[in-house]
Amino acid sequence: MPVPCRATPSPTALRWLLVVAALLLAVLAPAAGALAATPPPAPTAPASPTNEPGATAPAEVDGETITVRVRTADREDVEGAEVTATSGADDPVSGTTDSGGVVELTVPGTGTYAVQLDTDSLAGVAEGLLPQENPIERSVTSGSANPVVFQVSEDGDAIGSAGGTSLSQVAQLTANGLRYGLIIALAAIGLSMVFGTTGLTNFSHGELITLGAISTYFLNVSLGLPFLVAAPLAVVVGGLFGLANDRLLWQPLRRRGTGLIAMMIVSIGLALFLRYFYLFIFGGSRQTYAEYQGQRGVDLGLFSLRPIDLISMALAAVVLVAVGLALQRTRLGKATRAVSDNPALAAASGIDVDRIIRIVWVSGAALAGLSGVLLGLAQQVQFQMGFQILLLVFAAVTLGGLGTAFGAVAGALIIGVFLEVSTVVIPTELRNVGALLVLILVLLVRPQGILGRASRIG
Amino acid sequence: MDWSTILSNSARSAIGLETVIYALAAIGLNVQFGYAGLLNFGQAAFVAVGAYGIAITVTVAGLPFWLGIVVGLLGAVLLALLLGIPTLRLRADYLAIATIAAAEIVRLVFRSATLREYTGGSGGLSGFAEAFYDLSPLDPGRSYGFGPWVFGSRLTWILVVGWALVALSCVLVYLLMRSPWGRVLRGIREDEDAVRSLGKNVYAYKMQALVIGGVIGALAGFTFGVGRASVQPDLYGTELTFFVYTVLLLGGAARVLGPVVGAAIFWVVLVLTENVLIQAVGAGYIPSSIMSTTQVGQVRFMLVGLALMLLMIFRPQGIFGDRRELAIDAR
Repeated sequence: MPVPCRATPSPTALRWLLVVAALLLAVLAPAAGALAATPPPAPTAPASPTNEPGATAPAEVDGETITVRVRTADREDVEGAEVTATSGADDPVSGTTDSGGVVELTVPGTGTYAVQLDTDSLAGVAEGLLPQENPIERSVTSGSANPVVFQVSEDGDAIGSAGGTSLSQVAQLTANGLRYGLIIALAAIGLSMVFGTTGLTNFSHGELITLGAISTYFLNVSLGLPFLVAAPLAVVVGGLFGLANDRLLWQPLRRRGTGLIAMMIVSIGLALFLRYFYLFIFGGSRQTYAEYQGQRGVDLGLFSLRPIDLISMALAAVVLVAVGLALQRTRLGKATRAVSDNPALAAASGIDVDRIIRIVWVSGAALAGLSGVLLGLAQQVQFQMGFQILLLVFAAVTLGGLGTAFGAVAGALIIGVFLEVSTVVIPTELRNVGALLVLILVLLVRPQGILGRASRIG
Repeated sequence: MDWSTILSNSARSAIGLETVIYALAAIGLNVQFGYAGLLNFGQAAFVAVGAYGIAITVTVAGLPFWLGIVVGLLGAVLLALLLGIPTLRLRADYLAIATIAAAEIVRLVFRSATLREYTGGSGGLSGFAEAFYDLSPLDPGRSYGFGPWVFGSRLTWILVVGWALVALSCVLVYLLMRSPWGRVLRGIREDEDAVRSLGKNVYAYKMQALVIGGVIGALAGFTFGVGRASVQPDLYGTELTFFVYTVLLLGGAARVLGPVVGAAIFWVVLVLTENVLIQAVGAGYIPSSIMSTTQVGQVRFMLVGLALMLLMIFRPQGIFGDRRELAIDAR
C-alpha cells in the first residue's frame, strides 16, 4: 500500500488540526464539566469529638517527638484520628489527634519509625476518606519536630487495610486503573509518535508531563487564575515547549546526523537538567491545585469516583479519540503515519518530514502536558512526578508496540488497570514492580508489542 | 571567599570515596557499553546487589563478612544472567528500557515495606561494616596522608582497599581487551552480524561481558555500602546509573583508564562548583533571592545534566576516547 504521495502541502486548516483539536477540547471539556462539578460543596459537617483529644501514651520523658498531623486535602484538620508509631523492637506508641488535627508522639529514640493511621478511626469530615500513603516512614532525628502529615482524601490510590477481595473492590480498582491508564495513555501517545517519526527514545518525556502540572500549579496557585483557565494555558505551554525542544535541540541534532543512541543519552541529560530545574524553582514538597481538592466520590453502584475524576477520564478519552481520528482520517495524520513508516519514502513523496516531526513534537508535548495536568489532579504536584510515571509510560508504549499510536493507548489502559487490580494480590508498594515485570516479559515473548510488527525489532 | 578550603576540598575529592565508587561502577559499565556496545541502563542494580549482598548477609543473617562478599558477587552474576537471558537479543533502545526497568524493580523490592524484615525497607540496613574496619592494620587513633589529602584512619583504609580494587579492575580490563576474547567483543560492538558469520556465539560473549561488568559494579557496591557503613535503597536509583554514564562519557568510553579519570574529574568539578556556590551565596555575591544554600545541590545536578547533553553532542568520545572506537553511532 503506497503512502500518500502529493507534492502539495496540506491545507493550513488541517495543518494544526491535531494541536487545535487537543487544545480546544482541553478548553471546552472542563468548562462543560465544571457545571457538573459545582454541586458537591466542601464538606462542612463538624467533627463529632467522641474520642478524647490529646496523646495517650507518652511514656518516656527524654525521647524524641514525632508530630503527626492529619488533615483532608481541603486542609481541614481531622480530630480523633488514631495514629501509631512503630520501630523495630520498641513498643508501639499511639495517640489521638486533637481539635487541631495534631498529635505529638513521644518515641524512645532516633531511628526510622513507621507511622500508621488507623483509617477506621476517621470520623466527621474525614469519614470514609483514605490517606495517600499509609504507613508513612519517617527517620526521626534529634531536636526536630519530625513532622508526619497524613493527607486524607477520596483518592482510592491507597486501599488501606481492606479485608477480603470483593467484587466491588475489584470494580473500584478497575475504575482507578482506567483513570490512571488514560493519564498514561495521553503521555504514551506522544512518546510513541516521537519514536515512530524520529526513532528517538525520549527519556525526557516525563519532564514534559511534570511541566504540565507545574505550569498549572503556578498559574492556578501563584497567579491565582481559575483552574479552568490555568489548565489549557499549561497545555499550551507544554506544546510551545515541545516546539522549542524540536527547534532548538532535536532538529539540529538530526541535521548533524547524530546517532539515535547518542540522542537518547542527550535526552537523559535534558531530563536530569529539567528535573533539577523543577526542583530548583518548585521545591521538593508535594502541592495541590487550589481547586477541586477533597471532593467526595460519587457512588456509581459498584464503584465510586470523584466528579473531577469522571470529568478527567471523559476529557482524556475524548482527546484520545480525537487524536486517533486525526491520525486515521486527516491528511496530516496520514502524512504522520507515512513518516513513521519510512521517512525517506515519505520525503520522496513530497511530504515535508521536518514539518510533520515538528507537529508531532508540539502535539505530543501538549498531550503530555495535559496528562500532567490530570495527574496533578489525581495525585499531587511534585517535581519528579513525570519521572516516576515515565517507566510506566515506557511499559505502555512497549506493550502496545513502539511507534504505534493505538498500541500505546491500548498498552496504557492495560498497564493502568493491571497496576491497580494487581494490588489485590501483591502489596500496594510493589505494584510498579508487577508492571515493570510485564514490560520485561513482553519484551521476552512478543518484543514488537501487541500491535507492532515483528520486523521492527532488530 | 575562602579559596584554600574550596581548593583543598576539591583536591580531596579527586581520590575520595565517591570517586572510587563511581570509577568502579564506570569500569564495569565500560566493559558492557564501551567494549561490547551493550546499552545497560541497570548498572545501579548491580551496585545495589553488591551493597545489599554484604548488608543482608552480615546484619540480617548474622553470617561472616567474607561470606557477604561472596553473596554480593554471586548476586551480581545471578542478576546479570536473569537480566541477560530475556534482554540481550533486543535492539539497543529496547535493551535500555528493559534494563532500566529491571534496576527499578531491584530498588523497589529492596525498599518494599513487605520485605522490611530482610532489607530494612526504605530506611535500609547498617551495622555490617565493622568486620571490614577491624581488618585494618592502620592505627585507629591517627590520620594518614599529606597536604590536603589527610584522611582519618577508617577512611584511609577503605580508600586504600577501594583504589586497589580500581587498579585490579583496570588491569583485568586491560588484559581482557588485549586478548582474543576482547577483540571478539569489540567486533560485536562494531558489527554483530559479521562476528556471527565467523561462527562466534555472539549471545554468549554479550552475556559474559554483562556478567563481568556487573561483578565490577558489585565491587562498587561493596565500597559504597562499607564506606557509608549503611545501605539505603534510594541511593541506588536510576540517577546513579545516569551519573555513571556521565563519568564514563567524560573520561572516554572504550579506554581502560577513561572511567577512572572521568570519575576524578566529575567529582572534582562537582565539589568545586558546590563549594564555590555555597561560599558565594554565603558571602552575598549571589543574592539569596536567586539561590539559597540548599538549592546549590540542585544547581549542581542541573550542571551534570547539561554536561551530559553537551558532552554527547560535541565530544561523545570524551576526554581521552577515540572517536573511531565508539559504539554510540554504530547503528
